[in-house]
Amino acid sequence: MRHTVDLAIVGSGPAGISAATEARLHGLSVLVIDEQPAPGGQIWRGVERNEGRNHHALGKDYRVGIEFVMALRASGAHYMPDCQIWQIESGFTLYCTRKQDSFSVRAARVILATGAQERPVPFPGWTLPGVMTVGAAQILLKTPGEIPSTPVWVAGSGPLPLLYLTQLRRFGGRIGGYLDTTPVRNIRNALPFLPQALRQGSELLKGLSWIAKLQFQGIPTFRNVRSLEAEGEPFLKRLHFTYGNGKARTIETNVLLVHEGVIPSIHMSMGLGCEHSWNEDQQCFVPVLDRWGHSSTPGLFVAGDGAGIGGAKAAVTRGRLAAIGAALSLDKLRPAEGERFSAPLRRSLDRSLASRPFLDQLFRPREDVFSPPDETLICRCEEITAAEIRALARIGSPGPNQLKSFTRAGMGPCQGRQCGYTVAHILASTQGRSIGDVGYYRIRPPFKPVTLGELTQINQEEMPL
Amino acid sequence: MFRRIDPEINYNQVTVYIDGHGVAAEPGEPLAAVLLRLDCPIARKTPISAKPRAPYCMMGICFECMMVIDGVLSRACVTAVQQGMQVERQCGARDIEAWKHKK
Repeated sequence: MRHTVDLAIVGSGPAGISAATEARLHGLSVLVIDEQPAPGGQIWRGVERNEGRNHHALGKDYRVGIEFVMALRASGAHYMPDCQIWQIESGFTLYCTRKQDSFSVRAARVILATGAQERPVPFPGWTLPGVMTVGAAQILLKTPGEIPSTPVWVAGSGPLPLLYLTQLRRFGGRIGGYLDTTPVRNIRNALPFLPQALRQGSELLKGLSWIAKLQFQGIPTFRNVRSLEAEGEPFLKRLHFTYGNGKARTIETNVLLVHEGVIPSIHMSMGLGCEHSWNEDQQCFVPVLDRWGHSSTPGLFVAGDGAGIGGAKAAVTRGRLAAIGAALSLDKLRPAEGERFSAPLRRSLDRSLASRPFLDQLFRPREDVFSPPDETLICRCEEITAAEIRALARIGSPGPNQLKSFTRAGMGPCQGRQCGYTVAHILASTQGRSIGDVGYYRIRPPFKPVTLGELTQINQEEMPL
Repeated sequence: MFRRIDPEINYNQVTVYIDGHGVAAEPGEPLAAVLLRLDCPIARKTPISAKPRAPYCMMGICFECMMVIDGVLSRACVTAVQQGMQVERQCGARDIEAWKHKK
């Protein structure tokens, strides 16, 4: 089965939804392809389902998502949930599987709006049942509405742990303690950017209010935390760490949530051969994009956090800009119209990103996030330790792809999403090179697992959406 | 490991079968969320060393929650629960003799 549209959008978070509704305004036929079962991405996950329920505690930034999702439903864009895209050929043809049925989509333009993921934070014991990301816990809060059943410990840095702890409190969750891994020097380095950040005043004040609330609610808090080590058999039972100026401590817990910032999802943009550059402040690769979000691959746009971490408001704006860019490139808009529609969006984007330099410095990941102890599993899927990677890194200066061949690191089901950056960092520091120089795994399709049966099922029978 | 925010409200209208045991669940919720409410929240044992793993990212990018769901190896966190779903944990690497026996 094959469908044909002007514009295919991958992902239905703030950027994907906004790109879809904007593109529809300019007369493009649109298909939004979503891996999840309902629109909203991660930030607005489950927002339709939660509408009738008493989940006001999730906050205004969450509830605003229902208006966006309703706009998507009313826009005339086609929406396909539960779909996994495993290949995109130039031109474009997208190959997808939905509940073991495979089909293809021909689209003149593609916008990738696959968002962000949490930065992988390997440490001894991070693969134990009971260790999860803060993002995972927040997803469970939204779908289906679950909280840890025992007092939870949170270790990390960034706005998300603070937001989650605040929300968890409102839902009656119990908190064991908060281990703040933000290095003390980050505060000094961030201060010069504070005036600019205050242009986006309310956002910053909101964040500060979360911190204040936590302090006053008497949650045990440790600062300058490092050297995490989780232990337990078969589940997580305890956590060792150091804090302050190196004091050691052990706590008992069955649930540990970790978070060291978010990074763009670059899996598909890398797999499609787009050019990426290394962002030193955010410590991640970012696709090289023009002012419309157009990548180095003709006809392919990237919008949202996948274009660079900027948050939901920036994602909405980038989605709209990419849609206008796509419409311009298909001659559905005249250049003068494009400029007129995009001018206020660009001003809005500048305002949304005003606090980024401050936040990037304040929450810049500490070095030891990328240089865990030797016994740490770096590749979760293939169970490869840091020691193995370091040993091979010294022999003949291999890059990530040779290291993949030697060890199988990056060859497991996650395709390097959890180990790619750590491997690159270990190679860079062992060999005295920069990350930009070392590079990243070569990503190839299939982007998601696909069976032989699904591969052979594809036929070319054209069907309307 | 996890519990419902409002356990007094019963959203669980369907039954899924995890390694043969019937478990009450809410239609449409992520299967991984059901798993985390069980006494044994393990999704699988790794093929390399048979170490237990449970859901980690809940958003489809770590693949720790891979289980055999209605006969197909899939991620439980991006799978919405349906009535009668059959779910099996993978325990270690596949064994060709055991597989032949099952056939």
